[in-house]
Amino acid sequence: MELTTIWFILIAVLFVGYFVLEGFDFGVGMLVGLLAKDEKERRVLVNTIGPVWDGNEVWLLVAGGALFAAFPEWYATLFSGFYLPLFLILVALIIRGVAFEYRGKRDDQVWRDRWDWAIIVGSFVPALLWGVAFANIIRGVPIDSSSEYVGGFFNLLNPYALLGGLLTTTVFLVHGAVFVALKTVGDIRERAHAFAQKVGGVAAVLAVLFIGWTAVRDGDLAVWLIGALAAVAFLGGLAASRAGRDGWAFVGTAVAIAGVVSMLFVALFPDVMPSSLDAAFNLTTENASSTPYTLKIMTWVAVFFTPIVIGYQAWSYWVFRKRIGVEHIPA
Amino acid sequence: MDTALDLARWQFGITTVYHFLFVPMTISMAFLVAIMQTVWWRTGNERWLRLTRLFGKLFLINFAMGVVTGIVQEFQFGMNWSSYSRFVGDIFGAPLAIEGLLAFFLESTFLGLWIFGWDRLKPGLHLMTIWIAAIGTALSAYFILAANSFMQNPVGFTMNEERGRAELTDFMAVLTNKVTLITVPHTLFAAFMVGGGFVAAVAMWHLLRRPEQDVEAFRSAAKLGAVTLLIAGIGVVLTGDIQGKIMTEVQPMKMAAAEALYEDADSNAPFSVFTVGTLDGTKPLFSIEVPGLLSQLATGSFDGEVRGINSLNEEYAQKYAGSGITDFAPNIPVTYWSFRLMMGLGFAAMAASVWILWALRKGRVPMPGARSTRWLLWTAIVLPLLPLFANSFGWIFTEMGRQPWVVFGLMPTEAGVSPSVSSAQVWTSMIGFTLLYGALAVVEVKLLLTFIGKGLPEANPPTGPDDDSDAPLAFAY
Repeated sequence: MELTTIWFILIAVLFVGYFVLEGFDFGVGMLVGLLAKDEKERRVLVNTIGPVWDGNEVWLLVAGGALFAAFPEWYATLFSGFYLPLFLILVALIIRGVAFEYRGKRDDQVWRDRWDWAIIVGSFVPALLWGVAFANIIRGVPIDSSSEYVGGFFNLLNPYALLGGLLTTTVFLVHGAVFVALKTVGDIRERAHAFAQKVGGVAAVLAVLFIGWTAVRDGDLAVWLIGALAAVAFLGGLAASRAGRDGWAFVGTAVAIAGVVSMLFVALFPDVMPSSLDAAFNLTTENASSTPYTLKIMTWVAVFFTPIVIGYQAWSYWVFRKRIGVEHIPA
Repeated sequence: MDTALDLARWQFGITTVYHFLFVPMTISMAFLVAIMQTVWWRTGNERWLRLTRLFGKLFLINFAMGVVTGIVQEFQFGMNWSSYSRFVGDIFGAPLAIEGLLAFFLESTFLGLWIFGWDRLKPGLHLMTIWIAAIGTALSAYFILAANSFMQNPVGFTMNEERGRAELTDFMAVLTNKVTLITVPHTLFAAFMVGGGFVAAVAMWHLLRRPEQDVEAFRSAAKLGAVTLLIAGIGVVLTGDIQGKIMTEVQPMKMAAAEALYEDADSNAPFSVFTVGTLDGTKPLFSIEVPGLLSQLATGSFDGEVRGINSLNEEYAQKYAGSGITDFAPNIPVTYWSFRLMMGLGFAAMAASVWILWALRKGRVPMPGARSTRWLLWTAIVLPLLPLFANSFGWIFTEMGRQPWVVFGLMPTEAGVSPSVSSAQVWTSMIGFTLLYGALAVVEVKLLLTFIGKGLPEANPPTGPDDDSDAPLAFAY
């Protein structure tokens, strides 16, 4: 297999990892405003993701670094072209990250309420905008002959992309609710179950629309198949959640997210950023990539270290496998 | 100032200098907290556990800011400097990606385990998590400095004229760039000056303002901090000396700019400690000079020849005739003064640490009410800022000194900017980040002062792993 293809797959794997993992902690972040009734319950929610959200976010940093190293043209066009959405995502990630660490550092309800808003907004904005951004990558944006994005901000707000944004927002909410149900005991767990069912229905409809739209646009059999698998996994996850099988429910939503992200990358290949102006301006795995030498070094590093990273991240999830409830929150 | 280029440069400067206020603190505090916890683990002395708890909390408040401001760093290459990214991505991206894979994952995962693992992991294993996180921070420094050093002294590449980019030919050459090898220890030592100064300052403040309270613990912390600062300071001086010679070799213009030396000095070039007057090559109004010191700094010999800005400019004009650059000198007042502030603040911090050690010699504690106490208190209050700003000025010097190049000899800075990004867009993000950073700075400093003021928390020895326990979470958010 071509090294460029291997790196296309590895980038896809990194984004799958990112959206599956940070997907649920974005969800939990948004749920701080929707699911918790009092301060103790908000703390339960924050603590379900406390030990792991930062490690989840690193998947984005590594995906960004890998894009830079393996497909510098893709990195350059994407990040300069999607300037304002990315700026908003960065601001959101900044206030969100600080908020987790700072919200409990003062015994003052106004202080905590403000940081809770930072967590909620800081989780909502990237959950929405990542969907918009990725849908636009698949759809194609105006890219000129020198690989520069020539559209404006509003070019990014089209029906397909907005549907993508709504999909990621609702799916992450459900993914987060399912995770909360898996990680908590008591009232809050029951509410998480109910919430997953309620929003799950909306998310399922959006998912079917988005997957169908993508598959029709692309027309590839593989896209249809992976999209269908994702939809089935999501419905299976909802059913498992209804049955109180929280572990399977989480597997279901995780597979669904992995499926949709994989579907998008399969639909994209061999382009990495198609141009809506002229197919000759498309960025592809070939014309956007680094040299074979760089890719070879990066491949060795990735092959050797990625399993180690996955190993110790899995261990950290194992260490914090216990469910928590309001009774575990220190005074 | 309204071109996208100027704005992108200001934004890079602002976000990078701001990010680097937290980085040296994170690197050194990770190790210092690990050392404190290790002493507790070995001796069982509760005072070290309480110190671990206090400085661990201060470390985390700082770490959060370091992480979130670091995200901006990674993405602004693509956002504001897309032409640069296209030009060097084949080389520059690799250490950046490896930094993420090898270092960021270690830091974030193991720090999560450390914060939440007090009652979930056996003590030895728990101690290991902070050490691994600390090693992650040092690894991170290595890879990002390897990337930066390529911009100072490009090695291991070839130019691909057809694609208009630099391409990697020898990755080992990039990882063992002589600029990297000397910059890494210099930067790490400088980072330890920051953490050491901070620990010493917090402890001294308590000893002076709250005599009688936790004296033994704070005496230990003050000495640990001051000794760390002093040893690190010596390391900074020694590595800085070597670095100066390597810099003279690979970037002679930067050394000339450091002294505002316009004409070649054949031998025995003086170093001016302080200059009043213009730095534009005309005669200064007033200047204190140390004979021969510049020659020594640049070449290792008091008789060494140091090239001046004018002759280097002539040489570069021929060598880089096609670059479109006419003036190859960086902004001289900025390089001249940042170089002096870097050194001056560093030496002041070392002097402060010596004084603190003197005040604490042989079991002594500063006497409240003594005449020297007031000065010692002020020293403690100013101390954390000295090495911190020395670090900032060091970076301002090294990055401004590289101008007008973004990659020395290969790419002028103005050629690296994103062509598709408008001034309005950069204004938006620059104002946004600057306001946000300003607000967060206020919050962070207030929080640090609150926790410093509270003093040592109770020890609360961890209970150890117990899967059946329904005990509250220790150290939870």
